[in-house]
Amino acid sequence: MNAVASEKTAFLLYVAGPSARTSFAISNIRNICEEYLKDCYDLQVIDIYQQPELAEAANIIAAPTLVRKLPPPSRRVVGDLSDRDRVLSVMDVAR
Amino acid sequence: MAGNEPVADLPILPKLSKCPTGISGLDDVTGGGLPRHRLTLVCGGAGCGKTLFSLEFIIRGAMEFGEPGVVMSFDETAEELTQNVASLGFDLRTLVAEKKLAIVYVLINPQEQVSGHFDLEPLFVRLNYAIKSVAAKRLALDTLEAVFGNSFSEVTLRSEIQRLFRWTKDCGVTTIVTGERGRDQLTRHGLEEYISDCVISLDHRVVDQVTTRRLRVVKYRGTVHGTNEYPFIFGSNGISVLPVTSLALNHAASSERISTGVHRLDTMLGGQGFFRGSSVLLSGTAGTGKTTLAAHFVRAACERQERCLYFAFEEAPAQIQRNMTSVGVDLSQPVRAGLLTFEATRPSATGLEAHLLFMHQAVMAVKPSVVVVDPLNAFISGNNALEVKALLVRLIDFLKSHGITGLFTSLTGRGSEQEGTDTEVSSLIDTWLIVRDIEAHGERNRGLTILKSRGMAHSNQIREFKLTNDGIALCDVFVGEDGVLMGTARMAREAEEDFAQRRRSQEIERLERTLAEKERAFAAQSQALQAAYAADRNNIRQAMDDLAEADTSRVKSHLVQARNRFADSSET
Repeated sequence: MNAVASEKTAFLLYVAGPSARTSFAISNIRNICEEYLKDCYDLQVIDIYQQPELAEAANIIAAPTLVRKLPPPSRRVVGDLSDRDRVLSVMDVAR
Repeated sequence: MAGNEPVADLPILPKLSKCPTGISGLDDVTGGGLPRHRLTLVCGGAGCGKTLFSLEFIIRGAMEFGEPGVVMSFDETAEELTQNVASLGFDLRTLVAEKKLAIVYVLINPQEQVSGHFDLEPLFVRLNYAIKSVAAKRLALDTLEAVFGNSFSEVTLRSEIQRLFRWTKDCGVTTIVTGERGRDQLTRHGLEEYISDCVISLDHRVVDQVTTRRLRVVKYRGTVHGTNEYPFIFGSNGISVLPVTSLALNHAASSERISTGVHRLDTMLGGQGFFRGSSVLLSGTAGTGKTTLAAHFVRAACERQERCLYFAFEEAPAQIQRNMTSVGVDLSQPVRAGLLTFEATRPSATGLEAHLLFMHQAVMAVKPSVVVVDPLNAFISGNNALEVKALLVRLIDFLKSHGITGLFTSLTGRGSEQEGTDTEVSSLIDTWLIVRDIEAHGERNRGLTILKSRGMAHSNQIREFKLTNDGIALCDVFVGEDGVLMGTARMAREAEEDFAQRRRSQEIERLERTLAEKERAFAAQSQALQAAYAADRNNIRQAMDDLAEADTSRVKSHLVQARNRFADSSET
């Protein structure tokens, strides 16, 4: 399951303001990306307090929520991403 | 976190502030509405109408009370909700465009993948965003339980829901939370544990193939509320809950009297007829003239230029009008004049509560001073007598509270108790007329009695009445040995009396003749006597004269003789 090398994997991480859980989730996804998708990923963190309309548009119900925007199809996983295996399988990140 | 409006200032006497729902009848049951700035749980099974209930609360708030609202829907999209309420006459799209209402659709994917801890803060954020966008005062969460049943940890969900509820109170919004009925609790996921302010339960039951929707206020902390199950329907104007009347028994009593439309019946009722605003029951077996009596009453009201509303549950209006023409009551004229409105439906067409609501709405639309329900017991089917009674109580109560005179006919089954009604409403009735077939001497006659008439002197007689070409005619009373004479017996008695009368007048004539004869005879005799007397008198006079003359001549001759004899004479 090798993604085309040139194609970047794009993640959106929706978080609810600065909190321990937010920091934890950010560091978790960073670690995963660094390990598996080095230089081949794009991670954008969205604070729903700042941009509630984005939470609305993406139908976000839980925080943190990680959405893989690219490559399609869109995938999402909810939580602080501490369960690394689950994140890897849902996001279909090559091991 | 979201904005915190103070729940309430510190009032001297803390009294529960209520938020009117605008749902017809519900505010009466709850004594003013739902608890303001608190949560109300509306629960019920599938299809019980909880979504529409919560939507109507929001829509009416936005339209009628100047309180914008937010609907957070977990089940249906904004498009679907708009379509659903369009049938109730509400236009969601316009309200949304006017910023009076916001819809937040939350789609929950049951296969949502979870990795580690999370919270539902985005729901709060989205809600807050929507509330701020329209300055909402009301909120509906429909159906929050949809957040369950997926891979989310239940412990997290519960604590988050609890937090959400607290948060809505702090927001100063009045909230309805809907919940699906659980197996042995009010909601499937026990939401009632978190809502202690007000719980309303909806349900719909099928009894004798007719569905009846019911609403019950299970609890309402800190306030008096109706505890019964109240039927409700979805009409073209949204939800209507019965009773639409108050729970109190305090309607005004008019002392004005109105004619029954039958003059001699008025006489029986203390000479003036019914009290205005009273309830009149007209019960009797089939074919005794109940509808005809009702038609007379209606005609009299129309002649007074009062509006009438006639609920016909057994005959079509055209048929009633035709039939009444045969007894000389023209109802088509007041119909054309707009004074008389017929409302005819089959009682079985809809559920009971729908019927009564329809009647209620018709009364509100027509605003009559007289309402006829013909017949009351058309509602009964199977074993619903109790429910029928409960509903009729409310109908009668409603009419009374509006000062409307109600005339109800009730068909009594042959063989069943005459002085009873299937619907057991007699205790609510002010004036009760019974019309009955009286079978005697091989015929049936119509008799009318006043069983009771509150607050007026009234006749206690059984009166026979006839349906003539000129309407109802009460016959004169002939009391025989076996009671009131009716029909042929009455006619025989009438003939008898007539005969006796004739005999008497003949006798008088005869006596008069005899007297005349006597007078004539007397006159003749007295004439004869007078004649005889006159004759006798003449004779006697004659005799006396003769004698006198004889005497004179004798003296004369005596004197002559004496002269001749030169005798001394003592006479000259």
